[in-house]
Amino acid sequence: MNKSCIRTSVEDDIGIIQLFRPHVANALNRSMVLEVVEQMEAFDQDKNVRVIVLKGNEKAFAAGADIEEMLHETALSFELQDPFRDWDRLLRIKKPIIAAVEGFALGGGFELALHCDLIIASEQAQFGFPEIKLGVLPGAGGTQLLTRAMGTRKALEWIWLGEFMSVKEAHTFGIVNRIVAPELVVEETIKLAKKIAKQAPIAVRLIKEAVIAAEDLSLQDGMKLERKNFYLAFDSADQKEGMRAFLEKRTPSFKGG
Amino acid sequence: MAYETIKLVEDEGIATIVLNRAKQYHAFTPTMNKEIIAMLQALDRDEMIRAIVITGSGKAFCAGEDLGGVDDQTDHGEFLRTRYHPMVRAMRHVHKPIIAAVNGVAAGAGMSLALAADFRIVQRGAKFVSAFMNIGLIPDSGFIYFLPRLVGYAKALEIATLGETISAEEALALGLATKVVTKEDWEQEVKKFATQLARVPTKAFSLTKRYMHDGMHLPMDIVLEHEAQAQRIAGQTEDHQEGMQAFIEKRQPHFKGK
Repeated sequence: MNKSCIRTSVEDDIGIIQLFRPHVANALNRSMVLEVVEQMEAFDQDKNVRVIVLKGNEKAFAAGADIEEMLHETALSFELQDPFRDWDRLLRIKKPIIAAVEGFALGGGFELALHCDLIIASEQAQFGFPEIKLGVLPGAGGTQLLTRAMGTRKALEWIWLGEFMSVKEAHTFGIVNRIVAPELVVEETIKLAKKIAKQAPIAVRLIKEAVIAAEDLSLQDGMKLERKNFYLAFDSADQKEGMRAFLEKRTPSFKGG
Repeated sequence: MAYETIKLVEDEGIATIVLNRAKQYHAFTPTMNKEIIAMLQALDRDEMIRAIVITGSGKAFCAGEDLGGVDDQTDHGEFLRTRYHPMVRAMRHVHKPIIAAVNGVAAGAGMSLALAADFRIVQRGAKFVSAFMNIGLIPDSGFIYFLPRLVGYAKALEIATLGETISAEEALALGLATKVVTKEDWEQEVKKFATQLARVPTKAFSLTKRYMHDGMHLPMDIVLEHEAQAQRIAGQTEDHQEGMQAFIEKRQPHFKGK
């Protein structure tokens, strides 16, 4: 299905969103972000979708934001419009989101990738926050998400300098899960998505919630949440199926209930 | 783009970049670094081109950095980062085979240029000189990376630090040169070798080039995974289909590089 800034499709149980503004290297504008968010929410509710994949094209995942769009903004105009509110909705998606990054993921494009749970990147992918060169800073979560991913010192270095980060650097610091040949980024991402889609969906969902909470909660609260989610899993048919299959020495078939 | 310091000769899918500062033995200037990079990138995009030769016109292959541009204000590190490193990277990123046709002396960064190529064909009488240490500098422009990978650490250290010249014959014995050719047969033999490379399945070549170098410093498990991914890519090429078909039909394959 096509909207103005994205293309979407469903392949088996994988919901795929392609950023589609190729003439501007997929620079993010507000319509694109909103379309991505709405589509993610739709996939999140869609029973036929178990995992969401977000991709760009071979040259760019998404190269920054539409600068012209924000040229004349003021502090107050931003405050009143609250343009980043759509981004907050991304944090509430419960299904796994995997980014397939080929080429550039810069500025807002990098932030979008960092909003995904896993990142598979091409050997030629490049990441970076060039905002500093325009006299500003990341505004859609870059300072928070990069710091969580790579630690304070490295995050400061990258965001202060605004240089391109090679995929190897990104991988070393845990930003990227896997580096693959540029020709295979999408194929390998879909393969990984299908692997996750075969797991018990309720457990996958409860794991996402618990692991992401680990970055925010005290250890005590995190332990409590994990325990509640562990108990919750026992209310699913998948738990019964998983344990029965284990005892019967066969492969489980998870239905997502 | 008009080129000042290099010339391009195209012939049946082979592009020859001829270094063209003969009076200075093709010593590098900032313009020459830039022009080589731009030319390599353009040739890499050109689907008609399947092999690239780099050679010097006249007597020398390349005398390295033009020392006329070096003085006591020079920041040698920045010099490399801004001028030579992009050139070395461009050579590694080019998908097509690059042959250094070493027609005469390859000294300093000129030797590094030859080392960064995928193959070296060397003219009898030509020689390699790591001139760096003669002026109190270390070998650079990829020299330290490439040479031990080509000839082994012990020999590489000798070449880098003792400053002795390496003849064409020695280069052949070390595995540094693929072939030594006499002056009389030079053009014909270079063309023959380039033609051979222009006919290989170019995608499979580029994948092999991409992963073999890195394979020398990566753990086996990672290299095995690289092989699996590269084979998946090669397995989807037209050239693979053609190779299989030719095998069944007991004829020579005709690869298109796709």
